[in-house]
Amino acid sequence: MSAPATNEQRADIFFYGFLIALVVISLGPIVLMLLTSLRLKVDIVSDTASLIFLPTMRNYETVLCNILWYTPQHVEYCNPTFGRALGNSLFVATVSTGITLVFGCMAAYGIVRFRFLGRGTVSLTTLLMRMVPPAVLLVPVFGIWSFNFCFGEDACLAGTHGGIVLIYVAMNLPFVIWILQSFIKQVPIQLEEAAKMDGANAFQVFFLVVLPVIKPGLAAAAIFTFRIAWNEFLLANALLDRSTRTVPVTLVNSLTEHDIDWGVIMATGMLLAIPPIIFTFIASRQIITGMTAGAVKG
Amino acid sequence: MVSHELTTPDLKSERRVRHAPRFFNMNRLTPYFFLAPAGAVLAVALLYPIGYMIYASFLSWNPSQRIHEADWIGLRNYTNLLKDPNFIESFFVTLKFASVVVTLEMVIGVGLALLLDRKIRGMSVLRTIFILPMMIAPIVVGLMWRYMYHPSVGILNRTLKGWGLDPIPWLSDPDWALPSVIIADVWQWTPFIFILSLAALQSLPQSALEASRIDGASTWQQIIHIKLPLMLPVLIIAGLLRLIDAFKVLEVILVLTNGGPGLSTEILSLRISRTTSEFRELGEAAAMSNYLLLLLLIITLGMFLFNKVMDMRQQRLRAAAQEAG
Repeated sequence: MSAPATNEQRADIFFYGFLIALVVISLGPIVLMLLTSLRLKVDIVSDTASLIFLPTMRNYETVLCNILWYTPQHVEYCNPTFGRALGNSLFVATVSTGITLVFGCMAAYGIVRFRFLGRGTVSLTTLLMRMVPPAVLLVPVFGIWSFNFCFGEDACLAGTHGGIVLIYVAMNLPFVIWILQSFIKQVPIQLEEAAKMDGANAFQVFFLVVLPVIKPGLAAAAIFTFRIAWNEFLLANALLDRSTRTVPVTLVNSLTEHDIDWGVIMATGMLLAIPPIIFTFIASRQIITGMTAGAVKG
Repeated sequence: MVSHELTTPDLKSERRVRHAPRFFNMNRLTPYFFLAPAGAVLAVALLYPIGYMIYASFLSWNPSQRIHEADWIGLRNYTNLLKDPNFIESFFVTLKFASVVVTLEMVIGVGLALLLDRKIRGMSVLRTIFILPMMIAPIVVGLMWRYMYHPSVGILNRTLKGWGLDPIPWLSDPDWALPSVIIADVWQWTPFIFILSLAALQSLPQSALEASRIDGASTWQQIIHIKLPLMLPVLIIAGLLRLIDAFKVLEVILVLTNGGPGLSTEILSLRISRTTSEFRELGEAAAMSNYLLLLLLIITLGMFLFNKVMDMRQQRLRAAAQEAG
């Protein structure tokens, strides 16, 4: 009687041991980044690096020196680049998420309720958009944004937040429409008809009846759009100038310096990684759905 | 039973069609109002640039010129590229990177799913942990691995030294650079395959598995003759999605090696970006982009057709079931 039990136990030990190993491999590099960001430069370079060290917030203070409410004592020269880039990143990601959601929501509603383009068209567009590498958009966007889309003499879209927001909105729209239309399909038409009966017009029906019902879809779409705008490097690097740069651009620029201060860089990387990490904990299931958008039924 | 469940939503949407005109007939333009903003943005910021790029690929154009000042050179950008050994090498590096990465991720991901296929308590927490590497900015992923690969402070070489082994020139040796870049990508994206195939595995019809068990199939026979064939549609889609993304990888490699040493890790995306900013040959970069797009278009359309065929097969099966029942 006891023999099969031990066999099972052995299988259990193997199974959970294996699972723990996978978790360690998956999280290891992220934890290493976190630990490095909490170390002083001397600790990182020293030969006797150990797991035991005195964690310090100094690297974060260096990165954020110009937006902290106090002046960190160890910072001799406050480099405002990172603080400014953080503000730029937040602004660009938030605004492009907002616009994408509003436009995408309206379009998805139009497609579903007015039986416009078929579901196949939306899926195919989403897939085709997913296929386009950002590198491919580099040449045309650079050319158009700096020469064609200009207002007056020297004011062009290149270098402005508006320019980068426009391209992020366009990049994300097909996906957002795809994911939202599957949610809108589930809104019972009777609900809308009742509102209609009470004298609401099409726009009131949309904003007051449909929008509240599809909140989960909106959340998933928002997470995706925000993440792409927040993480994107290539187009931001080509389009933005010194004062409008986002965090990924400044991060890569600081890597070309001779004497890399790993603590400070890892602190910046951590700051860049925190929003996506939070999103992952909120909505892991929707993220997987989103990653297969257009290829599977939504 | 199944066919009945599947046809009900269709009936509902039929009713919806009849409702729609009466419902919104007061203003025929309403649908256009809903679609206009998205349509305008897509036209201005996506279709126009792509058309512009196709046009630019026929020009000899550098960034200091306006586009109308550039000379029309026909297909010369395309033919020059085919003769350019650097482009050819970069093309093959891309193919090598994509094929190795996708093969490794498929084998490891599916293998892990088969190995760990049982009810796991706290699966949602595990899923969250496994997704983290894909959510973090590619720039940051590159950064973490560059730190780990660092010749003196990196954890990998420190560990090797601790074991008394020789350090490995991860990123500085042309023979090691590509494997190092591949390892980083496998770390980041294997969970994608793993999660998808685990979900597919756990939604397989239990009856088929039980029947085979009663017939005395061994674990391996079950995997090869039942589990894998039934998972195949999901696996093909997952693999194709990964393949598309593997051709798009840029930031991780940019941070890790910037294409070097030599051209050993210079994938096409990276070469396009360098041709634009360093060599300042916009026309050539556009032609290169078109080659890459063409390649990706073939894969994507292949995936779309595959989906269509699967759909049709399912419908045929459903119809057959209906006739039979």
